[in-house]
Amino acid sequence: MKIYLKIWRQKNYSEPGFFEDFCLDEVSSDLSLLEALDLLNERLTRESRRPISFDSDCREGICGTCGFLINGRPHGGFEGLTTCQVYLRKFKNEDTLVLEPFRGGPFRIITDLVVDRSKFDEIITAGGYISASVGQAPEANSILVPKEIAEEAFDAAACIGCGACVAACPNGSAMLFTSAKIYHLNKLPQGRPEAKKRASRMISKMIESGFGACSLHGECETVCPKKISLKVINFALREARR
Amino acid sequence: MIPSANIPPGSIDKKWSNFKSSCELVAPANRRKFRILVVGTGLAGASAASALGEQGYEVLVFTYHDTPRRAHSIAAQGGINAAKNYRNDGDSVFRLFAETLKGGDFRSREANVYRLAEISVQIIDHCVALGVPFARDYGGYLDTRSFGGTRVARTFYARGQTGQQLLLACYSSLLRQVDLGNVKIFPNHEMLDLVVVDNRAVGLIVRNLLNGSIHRIKGDCVILATGGYSNVYYLSTNARKSNASAIVRAFKRGAGFANPCFTQIHPTCIPATSEHQSKLTLMSESLRNDGRVWVPRNQEDKSKDPRLIPEKDRFYYLEQWYPSYGNLTPRDIASRAAKKVCDEGLGVGPMGLGVYLDFADAIKRLGKDTIAERYGNLFEMYQSITGENPWEVPMRIYPGPHYTMGGLWVDYNLMSTVSGLFVIGEANFSDHGANRLGASALMQGLADGFFIIPYSVPHFLATNGKNKISEDSPEFIVAEKAVSERIKRVLSYQGNHAVSEIHRRLGKILWDKCGMSRSHAGLTNALSEVKELAEALPKLIRVIDEGEGLNYALEHALRLEDFVKLGELMILDALERKESCGGHFREEFQSEDGEAARNDEEFAHVSVWFNQNGLRLETEKLTFEYVKPTIRSYK
Ligand SMILES: Cc1cc2nc3c(=O)[nH]c(=O)nc-3n(C[C@H](O)[C@H](O)[C@H](O)COP(=O)(O)OP(=O)(O)OC[C@H]3O[C@@H](n4cnc5c(N)ncnc54)[C@H](O)[C@@H]3O)c2cc1C
Ligand code: FES
Repeated sequence: MKIYLKIWRQKNYSEPGFFEDFCLDEVSSDLSLLEALDLLNERLTRESRRPISFDSDCREGICGTCGFLINGRPHGGFEGLTTCQVYLRKFKNEDTLVLEPFRGGPFRIITDLVVDRSKFDEIITAGGYISASVGQAPEANSILVPKEIAEEAFDAAACIGCGACVAACPNGSAMLFTSAKIYHLNKLPQGRPEAKKRASRMISKMIESGFGACSLHGECETVCPKKISLKVINFALREARR
Repeated sequence: MIPSANIPPGSIDKKWSNFKSSCELVAPANRRKFRILVVGTGLAGASAASALGEQGYEVLVFTYHDTPRRAHSIAAQGGINAAKNYRNDGDSVFRLFAETLKGGDFRSREANVYRLAEISVQIIDHCVALGVPFARDYGGYLDTRSFGGTRVARTFYARGQTGQQLLLACYSSLLRQVDLGNVKIFPNHEMLDLVVVDNRAVGLIVRNLLNGSIHRIKGDCVILATGGYSNVYYLSTNARKSNASAIVRAFKRGAGFANPCFTQIHPTCIPATSEHQSKLTLMSESLRNDGRVWVPRNQEDKSKDPRLIPEKDRFYYLEQWYPSYGNLTPRDIASRAAKKVCDEGLGVGPMGLGVYLDFADAIKRLGKDTIAERYGNLFEMYQSITGENPWEVPMRIYPGPHYTMGGLWVDYNLMSTVSGLFVIGEANFSDHGANRLGASALMQGLADGFFIIPYSVPHFLATNGKNKISEDSPEFIVAEKAVSERIKRVLSYQGNHAVSEIHRRLGKILWDKCGMSRSHAGLTNALSEVKELAEALPKLIRVIDEGEGLNYALEHALRLEDFVKLGELMILDALERKESCGGHFREEFQSEDGEAARNDEEFAHVSVWFNQNGLRLETEKLTFEYVKPTIRSYK
């Protein structure tokens, strides 16, 4: 098939960016979009042109490294998929794809489609953990966790930290990301002792890190590749107020 | 020379407690004076760094990822073993030990493997305490399942995302130490060299990937937790950036490299369909619990809709050849069996390199809901990659490179042949011998990091004291200069190919001749091809100079050079090991019915390679006191 690409190029944070057009002719629709970009980069290198920078690692939707806007939507807006899981067969022959970096809140462009999401680590550092040191743990089955609770906690724990929620949010808020961790840990009996402190610390840290406040707009939920539900935000706000 | 393996005295079940009660300790007030450098934040690195932080040491952690949460461990699907015997199905520490040793085809150390089985129980306790949402049954107790190569259900799991949940637990535990001020993390920093003075590891040379700056970092000891090297084959189930540079650099600085030819080919990957495919996706082995593996009996049926092929024309080769384990035979055996039927022309799919993994019977027997609960996300993943619906048509699978049992040699304390250089997780030569059983890498990474390192590192520091070499010493300056020059050299290469194209070329040589099946002729041939490639690199590769900013192609080019070096070592090791064992199958050494023929008389040893005045091979003899080496039979 034939695919037209319009890609955001920006050498670094301080230089201005622009769109550059490319065309991939006769590519197999069985390739993933990132594989198509690999192919394009091989060509650019042979032509001594600067390849397109985009990050990825697992290429199977679990590490959260990849991610950019495809035609204005984080990860392309396909239900349950990350950028690396988007295959060309999703598009029509001769379609044009516009690729832009995730923007929003304190995310800063590093190069082309790569952005700095390190503020996420700062949020987790502010209490996104259970304080258990090696040696303290009781026998595992002495903590019973009802199956439904374990499942609900898991649904939130599935967050991959890709940043699509921030990129989709009109306020540039990271409330879905922050609340998913609060929900995961606070739902479990092991996480209860630090529940309130965790919720309030993490939410304040999010604001302090330069993300916007949440107005329950709900865009985040629609683009989350792990389908994390907005209910985690209501829960987290309640926990912080307790 | 290989130092002593330092196995503690006593019977096998007492060795570890003997070590723990006799090792040297560092007083709490002195711990802060020691600085420990950890490279890698996968399960092994993150758990070691957080446990050492908890003890009060100054810990600096380096990873080339943009955050510690993205290490390759995140992708592990199936589960983690532990001898809890919650199912009352006959499991015990001794059984897990014996099965791991047997699964590894008697090419690992008894004392280490026993300790691993012993610690497995504590791992689950600690992970639950950290909030890992493991699968539960209706009573709220932990659920388990069985995994390839075993007959008990000892595998704990978190849907098909066990690695993700374990890694995120280690990551949060690590960030807690950051919060408390004990650990400092350097993301986007790649270790490009190890600094060794008088055979003691004294520090690292790292490069900041975002701005290209190079730094000298001094420490009192160094822990490498940098993962495996399956990407030497280019196409593998590993994450794209996984690489061998840290261990190859350490090898160049004097660390012995053990059993480089022991690589594991996983039987259930989604088959490659095009030359430009960038990686292989693993379908968790747990699928073999309910899926049945088959190929058509007749070549004419290969391109038929598999659903229309009647039962009598299907060849369930694993069930037929290995009746007692059936579809659950260990990985090396299942992989070779798939190769065998495909070599006979029965393979299905675009390039004839595939076999069916069929869930129709299981769906009939257990219902769609149960299957969806067990494997839902894997089915979705398969569908999104292949565009085929596995609820309707059987999956197609084929073996692919997955795990490397080889790695830097370590003693019982997980210290390499370089003093003060510890190696943990997949990066060491590990407890898995010539073949790893499913769900045991996560176990090993966490045993190493959470439970062993917190004893062996203090023991080393208490015995050897602080490192006195400063960052301004000539050794550090020379090492830094060498790294800068190497980068300049790579940027000056004037080839006509992107790095990935040449990496693919290396991968093909190794996959064809040092992959699932190896022969003297093939290996000899591969050796000269890899050497030629090594020489030609400067004329083949082109890397665009991007100045000070991020440059992925440059990172890849540096890693490729190290992969080429390692490829050569793998081939040499495969040539030297004139036997078949576990994942290492030499065509010349097979039994009458085509199974691997081990040679315990001559090869019951660890092969350790050194890079001092040329390559040199030494061996560590393996002795078996508690489990008698038997011929593995899964028939
Ligand atoms: C698809 C898949 C599924 C698997 N499923 C299972 C399973 O179900 N059960 C099981 O037990 N095992 C499984 N495994 C194996 C297991 O996941 C790995 O063996 C294990 O996670 C390795 O952990 P690690 O900590 O040793 O290394 P990794 O997780 O690979 O971490 C390596 C770390 O080192 C860093 N690093 C490397 N080199 C450098 C450098 N030069 N400078 C700076 N940082 C560096 C990286 O950034 C990373 O943080 C699976 C593997 C794969 C590929
Ligand atoms: S590369 Fe890991 S989620 Fe896309």
